[in-house]
Amino acid sequence: MDLDLILNSFPKLFLASITTLKLLSASMIIGLFIGLFFAILRIKNTNVLGKIAYLYSYIFRGTPLLVQIFIIYYGFGQVEFIRESLLWNILKEPYWCAVIAFALNTGAYTSEILRSAFQTIRPGFIEAGKSLGISNKIIFYKIQIPIAIRQSLPAYGNEIILMLKGTSLASTVTLMDLTGVAKYIISTTFKPIEVFIIAGSIYLFFTFLIHYTIKSLEKKYSF
Amino acid sequence: MELLSFGKTGWGDELFIATFMTLAVSVTAILIGFIFALIFTPLKLSKNKFLNLIANFYTTIIRGVPELLVIYLFFFGGSSAIMFVASIFGYNDYIEINAFLTGAFSIGIISGAYSTEVFRGAIQSIDKGQFEASNVLGFNKYTRFYKIILPQMLRLSIPNLSNVWQITLKDTSLISVTGLVEIMRQSYIAAGSTRDPLLFYSIAAVLYLILTFFSMKIINRMEIKYSRGF
Repeated sequence: MDLDLILNSFPKLFLASITTLKLLSASMIIGLFIGLFFAILRIKNTNVLGKIAYLYSYIFRGTPLLVQIFIIYYGFGQVEFIRESLLWNILKEPYWCAVIAFALNTGAYTSEILRSAFQTIRPGFIEAGKSLGISNKIIFYKIQIPIAIRQSLPAYGNEIILMLKGTSLASTVTLMDLTGVAKYIISTTFKPIEVFIIAGSIYLFFTFLIHYTIKSLEKKYSF
Repeated sequence: MELLSFGKTGWGDELFIATFMTLAVSVTAILIGFIFALIFTPLKLSKNKFLNLIANFYTTIIRGVPELLVIYLFFFGGSSAIMFVASIFGYNDYIEINAFLTGAFSIGIISGAYSTEVFRGAIQSIDKGQFEASNVLGFNKYTRFYKIILPQMLRLSIPNLSNVWQITLKDTSLISVTGLVEIMRQSYIAAGSTRDPLLFYSIAAVLYLILTFFSMKIINRMEIKYSRGF
C-alpha cells in the first residue's frame, strides 16, 4: 500500500468525478425525454412509427455502448455533409459525442421501462377517469403519466446506476473523467490497486447516493 | 464492398475470426462467472453473518464499479500479482499474462456477481415445502442440493441468466482496451488502416446484433424445453 499515492491522487480523482457527474446528468436528462417520446410512440402506435420505436430500442440495447460511442465520435466525422452542417459544431467535441451516445443508449432502456410501466397501469384507473367524464388528454397527463413514473422508479434507479458505470467509457474518446484520470495515474505509477480503491470508492459512493435517493422517492410516492 | 471481402484484400475473414473470438471470450467468461456464483450464492444464503458480509462485499463492489475500471485493475495488476507470487518461488523474470485469460477472467468476475444475484433469487423462490419434504425423506445436505435444489434453481434462473449473457457479451467489447483481437479491436484496426471508421464500426454493431439475436433464440428454446410440465 502506497499511502502517499492515495493522498496525492484523491484530489485529482475527486475533481475528475465532477466531469463524470456532468456527463451523467446531461445524458440522463436528454435520455429521459428521448425515452418518454419513444415509449409514447410505442403505446399509441401499432403501425410504422411503433415499429421504428421498437427497432430503435432493439438496436441500442443489442449493441455495446462502446460501439455506439465509436460510431458517433469516429464514424460521423468521416461523413461529408455532417462536417459541413451546423451539427459539426457539436459533433467535433468529444464531450458532446459522449453525451449523445449515452443519451441515445439510456433513452432506449428508458423507453422500455416506461412502456412496461404504462402497460401495467390497471385499466380500472382509466375507466374510473372516463366514467367521471375526464377527457382522454387529461387522463393521460394527470393519471397515466404520474402512475407510470411511480411504477418505473425502481427500474429507473437501476438504469441511472448502469449509466453512471457507462460514463466510464467516455475515457475511450479522450475525455478525462473519473476512469480516464484513474487510468492515467495507473499507467504512470503502475500501482493499480491503490488507484482502484479510491476511484472505486468514489463510484460506490455515487451508487449508494443514487440508490438511497430513489428509495426515498419510492417511499414518498408509494400508494 | 471490396473492403469486406475474404482473403488478402478484404477484412471479411479477419472480422469473421474476431466474431468467434468474441464468442469464445464471452462463453469462457460466463462459465468463470458461474463458478464464482456457485461459490458466493451459498455464502449469500448462509446464516453466518460474516460469510454474508463477504458475499455482499463482492456483489456490491462489482456491480457498483464500472467494468472498465475492473478490467484496468486486472490488466495492470494481474501480471504484477503473478510476478509477485512467482518471485516467492524464486522466479524473477517478467511474466506477461495472456490477454484472453485476463479478459475472460475480469469479465467472468463481473458476470459472476450478476449470476450470484440471479441464483440467490432462484433459490429463494423455490417453495419452502421442498426443503421440508427432502428433510422428511431423510436426504442429507449434499444430495438435497444436487438432486432437488440445483435442478430447479437452474430452470428458474434461465430467463434472468439470459440478461446476464447479454451483459457479458456486450462487456467483452471493453476487453479490446487490453489488445485482445475481438470484434471491437479488429474494427478499430480495420478502421485505422482504411480510414473508414463509419463502415467498420457499423459492421461491428451488426455483428453484435447478430450474436445477441441468435443467442436469444437459443435461450428462448432452452426456456421452453426446461419448463415442460410446469
